[in-house]
Amino acid sequence: MHLTLEFGGGLDLLCQSVKIHEVDVPLMSETGKMKMRDLLAWVRTNLIKERPEMFMKGDSVRPGVLVLVNDCDWELSGGLDMELEEKDAVVFISTLHGG
Amino acid sequence: MDSNGMSSGYADIIREIEKLKVEKEEIENRISKLEAQLDRKPDETAHLEASQCCSNVQTVLDGHRSSSNGLTPEMIYRYSRHLLLPDFGVEAQLNLARSSILVIGAGGLGSPVALYLASCGVGCLGIVDDDVVELNNLHRQVIHAEAYVGKAKVKSAVAACRAINSLIKLVEHNESLRASNALDIISKYDIVVDATDNLPSRYMISDCCVLLDKPLISGAALGLEGQLTVYHHKGGPCYRCLFPTPPPTAACQRCSDSGVLGVVPGVIGCLQALEAIKVASGIGETLSGRMLIFDALSSRIRIVKIRGRSLQCVACGENAELTQQKFRSFDYECFTQSPMSDRVISLSIFSTLVYESARISARLYKDKINEHEEHVLLDVRPAHHFRITAIPGSINLPLSVLVENISSIDSALKAAVPEASGEAASLYVVCRRGNDSQRAVECLRKNGFPLAKDIIGGLEAWSRDVDPSFPIY
Ligand SMILES: [Zn+2]
Repeated sequence: MHLTLEFGGGLDLLCQSVKIHEVDVPLMSETGKMKMRDLLAWVRTNLIKERPEMFMKGDSVRPGVLVLVNDCDWELSGGLDMELEEKDAVVFISTLHGG
Repeated sequence: MDSNGMSSGYADIIREIEKLKVEKEEIENRISKLEAQLDRKPDETAHLEASQCCSNVQTVLDGHRSSSNGLTPEMIYRYSRHLLLPDFGVEAQLNLARSSILVIGAGGLGSPVALYLASCGVGCLGIVDDDVVELNNLHRQVIHAEAYVGKAKVKSAVAACRAINSLIKLVEHNESLRASNALDIISKYDIVVDATDNLPSRYMISDCCVLLDKPLISGAALGLEGQLTVYHHKGGPCYRCLFPTPPPTAACQRCSDSGVLGVVPGVIGCLQALEAIKVASGIGETLSGRMLIFDALSSRIRIVKIRGRSLQCVACGENAELTQQKFRSFDYECFTQSPMSDRVISLSIFSTLVYESARISARLYKDKINEHEEHVLLDVRPAHHFRITAIPGSINLPLSVLVENISSIDSALKAAVPEASGEAASLYVVCRRGNDSQRAVECLRKNGFPLAKDIIGGLEAWSRDVDPSFPIY
């Protein structure tokens, strides 16, 4: 499944300072579908090069990270159980506190 | 052009100035008397200035009312370009003039917020900050001038706003906003702008706005990115709805550590001012339930839809446990494991990470140089820090790549002493403030360099105690 992944708010530092990743992610579940849960596991294995604890906690993202699928908070569409579709744009953004 | 004419001209001007000064004094007296007439309990004199703000908003209008729509001729002229906007007009301007807005933080975000809110004619503008202006603030905190370096940010910001617009009420809160005083201060305003620079303040301000039912315009900027949203407005979420659990401490970067391009908080601050104006005047569609994400490097602004108010939220949910009493005694710094003040960071918070024998003061290190002790000085800051300034002769090996390059230290130590001497060179480690150098020494001692020593307090100590001409940043 082709997806556009974007990392912001400093999360890009965890994947060699590259913000936008065009990726083809193999479908993992037998159903031929891909859930956010599967994508997170794939990202952690394939894109996060350092300090994975700065990206994930348990099987979800760590506190302070917003996940946006097609510019919409994943909490509005099922969170970890949300099913992704071909060419979805997924943004992982760490909240900023500076000023 | 005869000398007589000139001197009589001078005398006229001086007489005119004296006359105006007398008039000014009379007007000021009248203002004080009117202010005294406002209903105020005697025990509130301590909060005199603050309590004036909201109640006086109306008198600014009433005292000078001359046109039927409620705007004075001066206001009509000053704000004419607002009044000419069909979507804004007299009504929105009057709403602004009747509103009171509190800006928390007079830094990179707060600078444009305060400047725009003052110039646009909000009735009352309060500014909270306990910090002083530093030279390294000026590249982004555009409200402050060089003459105010070392002085209170609030004084500087209010003076700048007053210079722009003498019609509005300005209130100085020269103190840090804490759970103990936040309710008292915020309750005096209609709208709150969070222009702070730290995580505990963000939770605290959001909680306080929920308790007092105030809309919160929240902005943040770091590096080359910015974020902006409106919390607790028209049924939208609060900060805790979005972030019920604080992030790990390591994820809380600060401008003083990570840097920030000056214009980035400027952009976000301007947008915060815009949202505050929209909320105050009642026009347009605010960012409640949406978040604006700004990426300066790629010139992209993304507006995303965020979750709504959470019924489970401990602050604004259906069974919220938050009360004013609980709020006052809640320890936000403990909750977030993060300090409210930037200044705390410059202290060595990891001062006991390595044994005393593994440490050396900047002064003693200088003695070693004077004694011509053969040694290698390892600077473990990131490469872009090393390019800013470094002690001559030091070798840069950033902490993040220390382990994989540890063999290069061996060769550096060997090169430091003549091969035949059979002596070993000593190894000293330095960083900016003396925290990373301790982590490095800890790592080096485990990896074959048992005698590595860290320079206590880092380059800041070097600059302070040994070489005052060494630049700090
Ligand atoms: Zn909430």
